[in-house]
Amino acid sequence: MTTQPYLKLDHIDKTFTRGNATTEVLKDINLTIEKGQYVSIIGHSGCGKSTLLNIVAGLTNATQGGVLLENREVNSPGPDRAVVFQNHSLLPWLTVYENVKLGVDKVFSSTKTRAERDAWVMHNLNLVQMAHAKDKRPAEISGGMKQRVGIARALAMEPKVLLLDEPFGALDALTRAHLQDSVMALHQKLGNTILMITHDVDEAVLLSDRIVMMTNGPSARIGEVLEVPLPRPRKRLELATNASYLKCRQRVLEFLYERHRFVEAA
Amino acid sequence: MSMPAMKSEAAVAAPAASAPAEIVTMTPKRAPVAEKYLKMAKDAAVRVIPPLIVLALLLLFWELVCRRAGSALPPPSRVFKETKELIFDPFFDRGGIDKGLFWHLSASLQRVAFGFSLAAVAGVALGTLVGQSVWAMRGLDPLFQVLRTIPPLAWLPLSLAAFRDGQPSAIFVIFITSVWPIIINTAVGIRNIPQDYRNVAAVVQLNPLEFFGKIMVPAAAPYIFTGLRIGIGLSWLAIVAAEMLIGGVGIGFFIWDAWNSSHISEIILALFYVGIIGFLLDRMIAIVGKFVTRGTAAN
Repeated sequence: MTTQPYLKLDHIDKTFTRGNATTEVLKDINLTIEKGQYVSIIGHSGCGKSTLLNIVAGLTNATQGGVLLENREVNSPGPDRAVVFQNHSLLPWLTVYENVKLGVDKVFSSTKTRAERDAWVMHNLNLVQMAHAKDKRPAEISGGMKQRVGIARALAMEPKVLLLDEPFGALDALTRAHLQDSVMALHQKLGNTILMITHDVDEAVLLSDRIVMMTNGPSARIGEVLEVPLPRPRKRLELATNASYLKCRQRVLEFLYERHRFVEAA
Repeated sequence: MSMPAMKSEAAVAAPAASAPAEIVTMTPKRAPVAEKYLKMAKDAAVRVIPPLIVLALLLLFWELVCRRAGSALPPPSRVFKETKELIFDPFFDRGGIDKGLFWHLSASLQRVAFGFSLAAVAGVALGTLVGQSVWAMRGLDPLFQVLRTIPPLAWLPLSLAAFRDGQPSAIFVIFITSVWPIIINTAVGIRNIPQDYRNVAAVVQLNPLEFFGKIMVPAAAPYIFTGLRIGIGLSWLAIVAAEMLIGGVGIGFFIWDAWNSSHISEIILALFYVGIIGFLLDRMIAIVGKFVTRGTAAN
C-alpha cells in the first residue's frame, strides 16, 4: 500500500531575474512530508530556505515545479498554509485579540457563528497562554509574547500545514527555549504538520522528526535529510546527554561546517 | 495550644485599630489631591504664561509704535474701540453682506468643509491608486507634480468660467489646493506599507476591499493625516484669497470690503480670527489623526 504524501515539493526550481542577470536560487528541490510530521529546513543564511518556505506558502511562485498539498497544486497563499513570520508581523493598530480574529473571521465566516468565532479566538489565545493580554496592542507586549500571538493567529486558521519562518530567530536565548517548549507541546497536542525554517542546529534536532539540510546557494539543493529517531515527548534537559541526540547534532554540524561551509564571499 | 496565641494577637490588634489609626489614614489622603491640583496648575502655568508674556509685550510694542499721530495703522487700543461692536455681537444680520463675523466665518468654513471633504476623499483614493500601482504612478505622478505647483488663485478664473458661479468656484479652488498634499502623502504611505503586512493579508486571503480597509488605511494613516493637515492649512489659506475675488458672504470678502471702506481695525480683527480658526482647524485634524493612528504611531 502506497500512501499519498500529504505535502509534496515537486522538482522546485527558482530563479530570480533582474534585468539581464539571472540567479538560480533553488535547484531541483524534492521533498515529501507526512501528515503530523515536524520537518525543519536548515542551511546557511542566503541559501534560499526562506524562499523555499515562501514558495510553499504561495507568497512566491516557483520557476519550475510546484507544491502539492493533499494532491492538489497550490500556488497562491491561503490559510491552509498559515505562516508564522520571523518578525511576528502583527498589525500594530489591532489588539492581540483582533489580530487573531482577523484570520478567524475570514476562514470561518460561513462555518462558525459570531459567538463560536469569538470562543475559537480565545481558545487559541489560551493555547499559547496569551488570553490575559487579549486587549493589549502588540507594542505593549514583549517579543516572545508577540511571537506567541503570531503562532495563535496561524493556529486559529486551522492550517493543514503550519509554516514557521525562523520563528525564534529574533528572541533571546531564554525566551527562545521557553517558546520552543511551547511549540513542542502544541505539536504534541494538536498533531499539526509543521515545516520550519531555522539556522539553529539544537533547535532543529530538538523539535524535528526530520531535518532537511540545504547546500549553499546559488543553486541550493537538498544536501541531506536526517531522520531524528528521538521519542516524543522530548525533554530538553534529558536530551543534553542522550547519545542519539548528540549523534544527530553531530551529523548536522558536520554537514554545515565541514562539507558545506558558509563562504563569506558568496 | 493555639488559644493563648490567638488571644494575644487579638489583644495587640485591638488598640492599633482604634483612635490613632484614623488620624494616620486621614492625613496622607488629603495631601496627594492638593499636590495633584498644584502640579496641574503648575503645568498649565508653564505652558500658558510664556506666550501671554510675549503677547503682552508685542501689544505694548505695537501700541507704542502706532500711537503717534499720523501713523498708518491703528494701535491695539483703537482697534478694540472701533471693533467692539463686531467683537461683542458676532451674530447680527442686516441683510446682504452686512452681517456679523460669525456668519462670515461660518460661510468660509462651510466652503472649506465642502472643498476639503471632496479633496480628502479624492486625495486618499487617488493616492491609494498611485501608491499601489506602478503604472498609475508612472502615468499620473508627473502630471501631479506639475499641477500642484499652480497657485490656488490661478485656478479661480478657469473655475469661474466653468461653473459660472462664485460658490462652486470657491469650493473647487479649495479642492484643487488641498488635494495634492493628500494624494502625495497617501501614495507615500501606501508605498511604505511593510511587505509583512501584505503577506499577512495574502495568507488570510483578504479581498481588495478588506485589504484597503483593514491594512492599507490603518497602515498609511499617519501619512494620510500628515497630508490632511497640510491640506486643511492650504485650503484655509486659499479660501481667504478666493473670497476676496468672488465676493459675497465670507471672511475673505469681509477683509476686502473693510479695506475698500478704510476700516483698518476691522481688517486686523478679521486677521486675528482667521489665524485662530486656521490654528483650530489644524489642531482638529491633528487630534483626529492622533486618535485614529494611536496603534500605528505606537510602533
